Amino acid sequence: MARLIGGIGTSHVPAIGAAIDRGKTQEPYWKPLFDGVRPVRDWIEQVRPDVCIVIYNDHASRFDLSVIPTFAIGVGAEFAPHDEGYGPRPVPPVVGDPALAWHLTESLILDGFDMTIVSDLTVDHGLTVPLSLVYGQPQAWPCRVIPLCVNVIQYPPPTGERCYRLGQALRRAIESYAPDVTVAVFGTGGMSHQLQGERAGLINREYDLRWLEGFVHAPEELLKIGHAEYLRETGSEGIELVMWLIMRGAMDPKVREIHRFYHVPVSNTAYGMVILEND
Amino acid sequence: MMNSPHEYDDIPGTYVFDGSHNRLGYHLNMFCKSLDVAANRDAFRSGEAAYLDHYPLTPEQRRAILERQWLEMLRLGGNIYYTFKLAIFDGLTMQHAGAAMSGNGMTTEEFQQMMLAGGRSITGNRSRRETPRG
Repeated sequence: MARLIGGIGTSHVPAIGAAIDRGKTQEPYWKPLFDGVRPVRDWIEQVRPDVCIVIYNDHASRFDLSVIPTFAIGVGAEFAPHDEGYGPRPVPPVVGDPALAWHLTESLILDGFDMTIVSDLTVDHGLTVPLSLVYGQPQAWPCRVIPLCVNVIQYPPPTGERCYRLGQALRRAIESYAPDVTVAVFGTGGMSHQLQGERAGLINREYDLRWLEGFVHAPEELLKIGHAEYLRETGSEGIELVMWLIMRGAMDPKVREIHRFYHVPVSNTAYGMVILEND
Repeated sequence: MMNSPHEYDDIPGTYVFDGSHNRLGYHLNMFCKSLDVAANRDAFRSGEAAYLDHYPLTPEQRRAILERQWLEMLRLGGNIYYTFKLAIFDGLTMQHAGAAMSGNGMTTEEFQQMMLAGGRSITGNRSRRETPRG
């Protein structure tokens, strides 16, 4: 039977990918970040999941305004890095797991979560930056990857509550898969940041730290936070945090926290990471 | 068009990309999206105004694009992930765009310094109701 072995929450700031790709991780601006996330490299080396389900958002890359899926799952065999205007990132192709992805799709839809099914999917920094943070620069990613893409660009994104319930359904889906594979779930995006408007550059450290504490120890408390609060307190792009709640919903209510790290700034963003195991 | 009020309407300096923004800015954003393709970037570079003729833009949107009025593009329905494609075309960074949208003459260097110092404070920036008028 498939088994969920852990969850990672991480921001997916594109500049992190550029810093890794250009060998800048030891420069003074970047060193504190890469020192702070180092434990994730050691952790993944120990647990070595066969499959990572990466919950992320597409940034007007694969999807544009013509079609905006709220929840989409990638069922293809391979997902090429998208050219986001600088040429595609020099990272390996992302290898999918169509058998598990189709199982998850069937289980989720029959469980009440109407996923959009995507075979032809390029993936942008939202998915590849977390892989780079966790695995560095391997010749090939050492795991299969199932992209789970969430709309957080077009208002309204799904609610935090809905995301958490999707995570719970994802857990049921994983555990009803017969083959003996190990799975990790990544919830990505956030933390507080606003890229647009006169309020661009907004960071809310106190809110982020309080939210992280609740995320680990009392996630149900976060489910009543509405979109207006996320927009107001964490910035127009901070609302990406709802994607972390999918990961949290997949984990047990009570978890063991392996690592927590918070750092400001990364580009225009507050960076956060947590690593969780089921207790 | 009438839009129902939202709880987020009082957040200052924030253009929530909701349905009314989508309707207003659909073609502006889809123009920006077209710059994903190298051949389109070449065509735009060789004649910006002529390239924009392919899109049913309002005169205000055309002007904002041609004059790179980053804040105005948001007001006219632009979404930052789309308008940033135009900024990338121009070779600009998110810090440059952030400074330009700040609307108070902030330089890119000043914006970078603000980020290094912990970012723009939430204090005074939660609601127009708490923003001092003046």
